[in-house]
Amino acid sequence: MKLLKLVPDNTNIKFLKLRVPFFVLSLVLIFGSWAAVLVNGLNFGVDFAGGQEVRMTFKERETAPIPSLRELVGGLGYGEPVVQEFGAPNQVSIRVSLPEGTENTPGAATAIGDKVIAAIAKEYPDARKDGNDTVSGKVAGEFRNQAILALLAAMAAVSVYIWIRFEWQFGVGAMFALVHDVSVTLGLFALTQLEFSLQIVAAILAIIGYSLNDTIVVYDRIRENLKKYRKMPLSELLDLSVNETLARTVMTSLTLFIALVPLLIFGPPSLFGMVAAITVGLFIGTYSSIYMAGPLLIWMGVTSTSFVPTETATDRQDKLARGEG
Amino acid sequence: MLEFPLWKKLWLWGLTLAAAVLALPSLFNVSGLDWPSALPNPQVNLGLDLAGGSHLLLEARADDVRAQRLTNMEETVRQLMRNAKPRIRIGDVSTADGKLSFMLENAGDIDRARGLIEPVMQGQTTVREWSLQVVDGQRMVLSQTDAGVNQALDDAMDSATEVVRRRIDELGTREPTIIRQGSTRIVVQVPGLQDPDALRELLGKTAQLEFKLVADPAGSQVGTEIFPYAPGSGLDGQFVTVNRLGGIRGDNLTGAQAGVDPESNRNIVNITFDSQGGAKFAKLTTENVGKPFAIILDKQVLSAPNINEPIIGGSAQISGNFTPESANSLAISLRSGALPVPLTVVEERTVGPDLGADSIRKGLLAMAIGSIAVIALMIATYGRFGVYATIALVLNVLMLLGLMAAGGFTLTLPGIAGFVITIGAAVDANVLINERIREERARGRRVVAAVETGYKEASRAIWDANLTNVISGVALFAFGSGPVKGFAVVLVIGIITSVFTGVTLTRMFVAGWLRKARPNDITI
Repeated sequence: MKLLKLVPDNTNIKFLKLRVPFFVLSLVLIFGSWAAVLVNGLNFGVDFAGGQEVRMTFKERETAPIPSLRELVGGLGYGEPVVQEFGAPNQVSIRVSLPEGTENTPGAATAIGDKVIAAIAKEYPDARKDGNDTVSGKVAGEFRNQAILALLAAMAAVSVYIWIRFEWQFGVGAMFALVHDVSVTLGLFALTQLEFSLQIVAAILAIIGYSLNDTIVVYDRIRENLKKYRKMPLSELLDLSVNETLARTVMTSLTLFIALVPLLIFGPPSLFGMVAAITVGLFIGTYSSIYMAGPLLIWMGVTSTSFVPTETATDRQDKLARGEG
Repeated sequence: MLEFPLWKKLWLWGLTLAAAVLALPSLFNVSGLDWPSALPNPQVNLGLDLAGGSHLLLEARADDVRAQRLTNMEETVRQLMRNAKPRIRIGDVSTADGKLSFMLENAGDIDRARGLIEPVMQGQTTVREWSLQVVDGQRMVLSQTDAGVNQALDDAMDSATEVVRRRIDELGTREPTIIRQGSTRIVVQVPGLQDPDALRELLGKTAQLEFKLVADPAGSQVGTEIFPYAPGSGLDGQFVTVNRLGGIRGDNLTGAQAGVDPESNRNIVNITFDSQGGAKFAKLTTENVGKPFAIILDKQVLSAPNINEPIIGGSAQISGNFTPESANSLAISLRSGALPVPLTVVEERTVGPDLGADSIRKGLLAMAIGSIAVIALMIATYGRFGVYATIALVLNVLMLLGLMAAGGFTLTLPGIAGFVITIGAAVDANVLINERIREERARGRRVVAAVETGYKEASRAIWDANLTNVISGVALFAFGSGPVKGFAVVLVIGIITSVFTGVTLTRMFVAGWLRKARPNDITI
């Protein structure tokens, strides 16, 4: 039986030859993303902005009356609502933000929600409420803080772990790769103005996990090769390591990709944003593992002495105990 | 590495099957089959976003508790001073800035007043709940300590949680979750609820019932307060002026039933006081026959009937412009007791049951398509080793479901995405191993040595990569909330099961095959 081989054996692609231009590109992407976030802002959903979102089905219609809904809800005096098709042509989601100054009024969001639903029910008797999310300003603020904390805690914790398991240079490299991934994902959300919700934070953490997965596989091979080829120049060694793990990188990315795409196409509409973020993040993460995590090792001066082959873990502990660490 | 003695094989298979079997009841349920009722029936909990239902986050304000304690203290102090022998006369009473301050008309009473007030400053606990200052030798100022307010808030939230539970039980919904969260919040989750609005109306009502005498319009307006009529009472937009103090609260009820007044044929709520409340109510009505009193619910007047005769039997009826539904809702609220502090809904999420079912159907379909595609790719790429990986993948999904059912974890919509990521992690472990075996073969190692090295070398990276994933999953679990937590749960459990099935189990499969077939070459 002839088996499928996606990547030929013994590839020798000079990935790191272009490390400077690519690193500059990465920096541009990072700063560009932050600029986009600052200029465009993120399109916060009710989780983070407060307000209310209601999903409705118009049972006796082929398509939902989106323009007249926009007018109806807009006329209630809570600013411009976001009315979008959601799942099927006769289903909509209607989002109304909290008006300025009501962030600290606990019942404001619920009151707006009630008014919006009542107004629609009066005008369109066939409208069925499928669900709603109502979040007060205070709770939304807490969600923002929690999200930021979760992201920072996860990034810091995994960097420390890698530092302990490898060397400090690896920890720093991995952290920069993660900063890159998180920044670019945020930048994409700022550019596309897709709704940014709690689910997207979960997606970013999944991207962090996946990108790290990739980084670790490459790092693990670099560590192994550092012990094996002690005289090889570092950039060559990095290229070798990336090439050796290339088949795995392609295969894993591809399997995750083909598992995610059906979820994107056939999955529940409320998962779309999250799955889309993870799918794009797959590529961002793979890129950063090669072009952020790798070159940084060269510049921070990882050498083969970092992992002397004769030194076992026990030797190391002995050495530490003698204070020579 | 490739040695698997019998005991080890039995142990691994036992563990796998035990976890996988726990998934069967849930799978039966999803496919609409009946699970034999004689057997234990652990089910994967579905989150509200999949099962449909309501999630409400209720919040109390510390300021409300503060204000209420102040009013209570004012009543207590007035009573103490009035009942003192000889009576201590006070004036210029103020409750501004959250403090109770008053003037003694006779500075010589100061020590007596202090002696009377000090015992009530100490609550039932060891906490010092109030502090007392004397200004200019004649003015007494009582301020609330933070410890006192916190203690009161804590007590109020405990009993509020109980009241919320009783009210929801009255609705007859199944398996509600009611948990206190932090110092001022209560989380309520009710799965599969058809009418979330009724729930919110019920919980939004404080049900603080008060009976206060209508102020004499000809008399002085000092010590009165004004309440509006309740919307729908038929007198909307009008107000009633009542005496601020001296009324009674409807805290001491033993029952409340919706009914119809046989004479007027209107909807009413019949209430029954306990003996203490009955005595107070009897006293109030006896002393004020012929005068009107206002029935006030949550600061709105329901009605203000005349007291035609003393009501001494301990039961009374509340009139108001009720519909049968609103009378019943009020009866439930009163039966389950007043909330000791008003609660506001600060977060509400509802999902209709249709939408939830639709999400499950679409999620399952997408997972099925994705899994088939992944399996096809694995077998096409790794042949026999791909088949082993596939078996491991299926066992992984079963074990993950089984552990979630056994551990009582909740599967949410983002959790479905977590399933897909887990499949990815399981596949990744096998990809790492198989690619390594390929490499080792290409370097000329013999079959057994290549397999052995492949597992050994790949395990290190697999371990590091997955442990960091668990770390970020735990961060998400610690800081996340609701559905997102469901994602973290699937991620963390899924990573553990996928490393177990993807590394340990496949190694057992491969070792068994190598031992039996003793191949000189392998296709990988």
